[in-house]
Amino acid sequence: MLKGRAFKFGDDISTDLIIPGRLAHLRSNLPELAKHVLEDAAPGFASRVRPGDFVVAGRNFGLGSSREHAPVAIKMAGVSAVLAQSAARIFFRNAINVGLPVLICDTSKIADGDELEIDLAVTTVRDLSNGTQLSSGRIPEVMLRILEEGGLVEYIKKYGDFEVKGK
Amino acid sequence: MGRTLAEKILSSKSASDLKAGDIAIAKVDLVFIQDTTGPLAVRQFESIGFKTLSNPEKTLIFLDHAAPSPSRELSNDHSLLRHFAREKGARLSEVGEGICHQLVLESYASPGETLVGADSHAVTAGGLGSFATGMGSTDVAVVMGLGKTWFRVPESFKVELVGQFKPMVSGKDLITSLIGNLGADGATYKALEFGGPGLKNISMSQRFTVASMVVEAGAKVGLFPSDELTRAFLKENGRGDKYRPLFSDTDASYERLVEVELGKLEPMVSCPHMVDNVARARELKGVKINQVFIGTCTNGRLEDLEVAAAILKGKKVHLGTRLIVAPASRKVFLKAMKKGHIQTLIEAGAVVTPVGCAACLGLHQGVLADGEVCLSTANRNFKGRMGNPEAFIYLASPATAAASAIAGEIVDPREFA
Repeated sequence: MLKGRAFKFGDDISTDLIIPGRLAHLRSNLPELAKHVLEDAAPGFASRVRPGDFVVAGRNFGLGSSREHAPVAIKMAGVSAVLAQSAARIFFRNAINVGLPVLICDTSKIADGDELEIDLAVTTVRDLSNGTQLSSGRIPEVMLRILEEGGLVEYIKKYGDFEVKGK
Repeated sequence: MGRTLAEKILSSKSASDLKAGDIAIAKVDLVFIQDTTGPLAVRQFESIGFKTLSNPEKTLIFLDHAAPSPSRELSNDHSLLRHFAREKGARLSEVGEGICHQLVLESYASPGETLVGADSHAVTAGGLGSFATGMGSTDVAVVMGLGKTWFRVPESFKVELVGQFKPMVSGKDLITSLIGNLGADGATYKALEFGGPGLKNISMSQRFTVASMVVEAGAKVGLFPSDELTRAFLKENGRGDKYRPLFSDTDASYERLVEVELGKLEPMVSCPHMVDNVARARELKGVKINQVFIGTCTNGRLEDLEVAAAILKGKKVHLGTRLIVAPASRKVFLKAMKKGHIQTLIEAGAVVTPVGCAACLGLHQGVLADGEVCLSTANRNFKGRMGNPEAFIYLASPATAAASAIAGEIVDPREFA
């Protein structure tokens, strides 16, 4: 069970807004990079966010570059999950690979600062501030397994290969 | 039931009969990393405990995004990649050789093969019928170690092309218009498959422009059939033996059909700060520009420089506007020099920056000032993309960029040239 506050963002938060190219020199210094995460979208975000909080966004979160440093920086800043109405393909896959859950759900009723409680096992989101409950779309089995292991590095270390069946 | 190009290629690489929606493990023929995603991939490769590359000859490492390096940190990243390439036997492409996607086209990718790159514009190789897609560093590290990955077979949109472009209209206008219609997430997780009688009128260079930008509509891959033009391109690059014809089946099933009459397209522009925020160039008349950038994996090829040089020949870049040109590869640069295009561009007032990604992603060679406006032939105009969140980026074709550089404001190249 994850619990924290919502930090609300709009639609189309690109990877350039999450960690811009101008900070490419910090990509081998992830703790330093994480101090700048989302600063062009919400100045001061990294200093305001507390461990366990959530990034709550609109449509097409993480569009753009394949830079995996984007979900890594979000996670390192203390964010425990991203909730969005939809997510860009590469960002979604990267986030799962680094052990950052992304829940696709209707985020329109969640307000900035709301207290949320998320049960990843049954993929439900409870907004404790307004009393509503949301359910999120299921993620493919293969990704769920990777997430359960804490990410793709741990998954491959354990299984040595992909074990994929069905849809 | 017939198969789409995506279904055909992924089926052949997983030795099974796959349909859209299936999840399968497929062999990856070619894998690459570049200097901004590669160091993390190398670290993940080592964390997993891999000791050797699955296929060193088909593992490529490009130093192109920060080339030459503008900082100590990025120089250290380059060192790490050079060392890894030497130790593991991967192919290293040094600073100055070119943009990963362009070099992949010139020397590596082949029709019907699979390619995974740690760069979202890896989709560029779809222009020659390669199932090419971008993934993050950890996924790519696993491909480097295992030679395979998991894919969800994408549903396909068929983009049926009819007719031919009018003068001063090109592949960039086609893909910009298409992204405007589909939206920045309109093709998320999908394959865009191009076909139709108009295909034969689109040069390989322009197919690569189109394929490079399918990701800006969210697509996983953008596939062109492999036809006579593909054969000629491979032959010209000394790889004629890699040609194989590749077409989708006539009874393949598509999620959506989009028809585009090429002759009806006009010069198009993506406006700040989204690629799908599309307008006609003529509607933007009067938008003053501080910088014009011609280059990138999208529009830095010989044909692009040729178009720009033809418009700029004997003209001068507008006072108060600067023009930056970055050829996509050493081969492109040398050919453009031999043909006199580089001389023409420099005489018109252009500054030619090193071969590579150059100003595209905002880490060097043309960072914008607060409030400045750039017209670029690149593929992204997100806030902050060119190094400054207070700047504004418009995207257009080389023809529109060159004409606008002379005017000092956005113009429709049909009226100006």
